[in-house]
Amino acid sequence: MSHFDWLSELLARYQDERVLVRRGSARELAPAHLLEIDAEDWGRAAQVAAQFGCRWAGVWAEQHDDSLLISAALAYQGDHLLLRTAVPLAAPRLPSQTPYYPGADRMERHVQDMHGVVFSDHPDPRRWSRHNRWAPDRYPLRKDFSVDNAPLPAAPEQDYSFIQTQGAGAYEIPVGPVHAGIIEPGHFRFQAVGEMVLNLEQRLGYVHKGIEKIAEGRDAHGLARLAGRVSGDSTVHHAWAACMAMERAARITVPPRAQALRAVYAERERIANHLGDIGAICNDVAFAFMWQQFARLRELWLRDNAACCGHRLLMDCIVPGGVARDLSAEQVVRLRSAVDPLRRELAALYPILDDHPSLEDRLATTGVLSAEQAQRLGCLGYVGKASGQDADLRRDHPYAPYDRLHVPSPLFQTGDVEARMQVRMQEVLDSLELLVVLLDTLPDGAVQVPWQAPAAGSEGLGLVEGWRGEILSYVRFGADGRIARYFPRDPSWFNWPALELLIHGNIVPDFPVCNKSVNGSYSGHDL
Amino acid sequence: MLRILNKIRQTGLITEDLPRDVVLEQVGAQLRAGIARQFQGSLAIRQVDAGSCNACELEIHALNNGYYDIERYGVHFVASPRHADVLLVTGPVSVHMETALLRTYEATPAPRLVIAAGDCAACGGEFGCSYASRGAVSNVIPVDAVIPGCPPTPLALMQGLLQVLEET
Ligand code: SF4
Repeated sequence: MSHFDWLSELLARYQDERVLVRRGSARELAPAHLLEIDAEDWGRAAQVAAQFGCRWAGVWAEQHDDSLLISAALAYQGDHLLLRTAVPLAAPRLPSQTPYYPGADRMERHVQDMHGVVFSDHPDPRRWSRHNRWAPDRYPLRKDFSVDNAPLPAAPEQDYSFIQTQGAGAYEIPVGPVHAGIIEPGHFRFQAVGEMVLNLEQRLGYVHKGIEKIAEGRDAHGLARLAGRVSGDSTVHHAWAACMAMERAARITVPPRAQALRAVYAERERIANHLGDIGAICNDVAFAFMWQQFARLRELWLRDNAACCGHRLLMDCIVPGGVARDLSAEQVVRLRSAVDPLRRELAALYPILDDHPSLEDRLATTGVLSAEQAQRLGCLGYVGKASGQDADLRRDHPYAPYDRLHVPSPLFQTGDVEARMQVRMQEVLDSLELLVVLLDTLPDGAVQVPWQAPAAGSEGLGLVEGWRGEILSYVRFGADGRIARYFPRDPSWFNWPALELLIHGNIVPDFPVCNKSVNGSYSGHDL
Repeated sequence: MLRILNKIRQTGLITEDLPRDVVLEQVGAQLRAGIARQFQGSLAIRQVDAGSCNACELEIHALNNGYYDIERYGVHFVASPRHADVLLVTGPVSVHMETALLRTYEATPAPRLVIAAGDCAACGGEFGCSYASRGAVSNVIPVDAVIPGCPPTPLALMQGLLQVLEET
């Protein structure tokens, strides 16, 4: 199967449905294929794509003089397609794609709040990223909005109309934004009867800190640093996606050794987070033994990061053009020799996880997300893989160095908390295998090429398989090598709404473990 | 069950290995003494993420793993600000979290200490001040001490706590 061999069929469908593709380009945003269409066709283009079986992968806008350029990403068999259209700034209306792709709901509302695009037919046009600190008719990502505009006076976020329940015995539990643990802030509104959850509504956006706006005007290295702080647990993958986007825009090829080191960092990040999550899931059902065991393994893993890569969480290791520093021969040996001890530890712990009755009792059949729900929302990473969505960019559209590696990807159908934990368990083993190959076959040579900024207007797309799933980053350069637009799309955009669905019919005390099994990023989503 | 007991036996008490780690042991002993002197042996911390990237939280979490086991010094994390002696605040304060942070502060009984953990909380860090961010925690509530780092390591967090106890 070669890439994009399905595209002609989709284009034929567009022709049948009279969706006019005004221009196509396979080059500008490679490896994605760009299709320019008319604004009035925006909704129908999504409808046809949904019927065709494409996954919806994101939408963002950028201002060019007196028009707004809107791009939406679609994916099919690991290939990405970019639909693009323009609307006038004075009347920025566009048909919504949410009726065909429920996963588009919040991101369209984000574009509405940040750029002032009105999505007609949107089933839920309430504000999303905007709370009440800038005026409804001001749009932070427009050019006339200064990054240091003073916010409106602080006031509680009270006038957001949550879904209500009525009826005997139904009651409401508001939670957050400040939660009861060491955890990011967000608001959850439960309606319950007795112990059972009837409905959950999320209200996020509390950690919106203007990442897209403060990215503007940075140089490439400044953007990489910022990207590494979009979501702290995904610092490697967000930095990689941003650098990949910038390097594609600048037509820079990263040396093979740097590519391999990036993957070493990436797989180490995946393992560290999965270890933490497996332990935390166990902790949420009071299996403290496992929590402490996995916290211990994670700590040892992070200490190796600090000793060999200079940072426990690997921040700022990836820079435009390569990686910040090389690994010495001794450091390679140290990282390589940490693999087998971890495997032995897991060989002792996994069998306990697999058949401990009280764990099984709490995790199996809890928080079920059906394959159909996961597919409709476009769920990614372990949330998708636990619910029958077989997608992994490292395998489906491999980027260097995965193009020379065999990447297995676990797949489960039950969609419950247990399956989401099992995906993590298997991915730890798979990543260890990848690490062995990467470290044993580390190419010689430079770890960086000099950064050379591209011409104004150049754009690029970064696509990596983060530990939570696919990350898509869009970058456009302005004058003097400065960033004109940066949009990082974390997989959490699609996995957060899954939590609203999979909690239905579960008991309130199971919410923490359901939430942890999804582990959406607040920061990566709120931007 | 046997497998669990076996694993526990094999793992042993990893915290007992700490005396070999001289720095950590010294920090721990001083911390325990400071807490005994000023907080009757128990220091309750309410952590508030006011806009962080979440990496600061990951390292604060690590304080509870077996290696640091900060509870043995009498430090514990509590769910309600009403039970807290210390607010441990991370992140630049996003404007959307400003009200929640103020309310959490007001709900914390005096005498209370506020520690700003991480570069963002200390000075705004990579995010600074903008339409969406108030920057340093001290721009919103009075701060007694800062612990720099991006993120501060668990050891730096313990040292930072110690310093606060010494200075107040
Ligand atoms: S100090 Fe660093 S790690 Fe902490 S919230 Fe800020 S960017 Fe994240």
